[in-house]
Amino acid sequence: MNWFWQGRRIPLSWLLLTRQPVRLLVALAGISFAGILMFMQLGFRDGLFDASITVHRLFDADLVLISPRSASSVRMAGFPRRRLVQTLADPQVEGITPVHWGLMLWRNPETRKNRAILALGYNPDDPFFITSELNSQSQLLKQKGRILFDQLSRPEFGPIADWYREGRVVETEIAGNRVRVVGLVDLGTSFGADGNLLTSTETFLDLQPQKPPGSIEVGLVRLQSDANPIEVRDRLRDKLPEDVLVLTKQGFMDFEQNYWRSSTSIGFIFTLGAAMGFVVGCVIVYQVLYTDVSEHLPEYATLMAMGYRLTHLLGVVIREGFYLAILGYLPAYMAGQGLYWFVRDATRLPVGMNVTRAVTVLVMILLMCMASAFLAMRRLIDADPAEIF
Amino acid sequence: MSTKAVHIQSLTHSFGRGSMRREVLKNISLSIAKGEVVLLTGPSGCGKTTLLTLIGALRTIQSGDVTVLGQELRGAGRRRRQQLRRRIGMIFQGHNLLRCLTAEQNVQMGADLLPDLSYRARRDQARQWLRAVGLDDQLSKLPHDLSGGQKQRVAIARALAANPQLLLADEPTAALDSVTGRDVVELLRKLARDQSCAVLMVTHDPRILDVADRLIQMEDGTLLSTV
Repeated sequence: MNWFWQGRRIPLSWLLLTRQPVRLLVALAGISFAGILMFMQLGFRDGLFDASITVHRLFDADLVLISPRSASSVRMAGFPRRRLVQTLADPQVEGITPVHWGLMLWRNPETRKNRAILALGYNPDDPFFITSELNSQSQLLKQKGRILFDQLSRPEFGPIADWYREGRVVETEIAGNRVRVVGLVDLGTSFGADGNLLTSTETFLDLQPQKPPGSIEVGLVRLQSDANPIEVRDRLRDKLPEDVLVLTKQGFMDFEQNYWRSSTSIGFIFTLGAAMGFVVGCVIVYQVLYTDVSEHLPEYATLMAMGYRLTHLLGVVIREGFYLAILGYLPAYMAGQGLYWFVRDATRLPVGMNVTRAVTVLVMILLMCMASAFLAMRRLIDADPAEIF
Repeated sequence: MSTKAVHIQSLTHSFGRGSMRREVLKNISLSIAKGEVVLLTGPSGCGKTTLLTLIGALRTIQSGDVTVLGQELRGAGRRRRQQLRRRIGMIFQGHNLLRCLTAEQNVQMGADLLPDLSYRARRDQARQWLRAVGLDDQLSKLPHDLSGGQKQRVAIARALAANPQLLLADEPTAALDSVTGRDVVELLRKLARDQSCAVLMVTHDPRILDVADRLIQMEDGTLLSTV
């Protein structure tokens, strides 16, 4: 421990910061603001990408068939159902589930206003979801005109969940057809779909009579447990004609996320927003450190005249930047948590803190403060000890 | 090692370039022995401060030989000069205390330059020097709350806390009234004697000339007389 006591010095950087509490607070407010901005923008971006596959994740499938004309979950095109049946010819395919998928106009039973909702139609006897609870709820759909409503849907669809829990019979219209809510499920909204409902193939086709019955939007393929999904996928791709696209489940989720990432400006906008936060933070920290160094220039020069090394003084400025980064990060982290909670509550998007983002923003703030400290240090080179006599 | 703390041989220094070039110091030769107190006087602008900064290794030597504490300064690099400065105490016209540090911490910034001492030992050293300049009851005050004389005394304690072998002072009494100024200079001399440290002090103050072992007058960049 002896080296520690010998190495111990007056905590000059700390005192330089804390003896000017007003300036410190202004600096911390600026850094925290930049941090919050980054948390917010990155949170929105990740939340969007996560949200776009909340339903996809729940599918009980190893491979997924879609039409090559499909662009995303809100613009799914149909393909011949017999392509899905053809996959059964492969020895490692265990089972299939054809799925109808499309947006429908839901009438809010309270305000009688229409709004687009994402509807999934499937055979209630087919295994569809990875959770057994959802699969057993599916049995309720065997009667015609019954639906399961996603209680995480936006409130604009009406107080469906509340009414249902009160024991009322909840009925409304979809495309002029009467439907009854027979259960609630937890799926979650995405930027593309404000709400979800599940129903049987029969009901789905009743609600959308213009759809040809031999056409489906998504085909789920389950493989034997010892099968390698990638090998089977490649085999099926060779066998099936060009009018269908074979993807792994992960590939299906990537397909959806890639749409939002590359085909829309959303990903770019939020990344740019985070970059703006970074730049704003840089400017604020640089301003604070530069003023600080300028104001203390005679004192730094005095220290140099006393025999302190320039590198020692550079270290003081670097440490100031480091303290600012840590002190500014903590409130940004807390405010980030609060804002995520607020956004989750208001938009039902799965926006939350995760370790990756917490570390990313911490690294960004550190980078920001260090870069600013390095820039401000150039001012220190001007400290000429010969000038102070 | 020689007995001389400072030895200067035909030192010339000028500022500016081309037609603006102006010689500030002309062919100066001077020696200061260890433990000697030398006072340097002269009208302002005659080059006293420049001489002080050259001896203090704050500027590079242009021509002439300057040896300070056994170190040849001509052609000495930044690092060598910085190392030498650790052994020289400097007291400035303005006190130049660090505003964010207490009196004790300011003095400790000087003591921190001493190698191989624990934090506690350095802090005790700082307190001891503040006691020596009569400020042991002002340890935790910021420079802001100290009077001019007190600040100057803190600056002296800071310079002495690094155990210098040479002390350079530029008008240390300029900001002080006659009584305090006198006290400060007496203190300087006593402390310097105790540590056998050479002192070179620039001053305009006629009231303190008697503390000197030797008085040097300067005019227009040359030394007039050595009394």
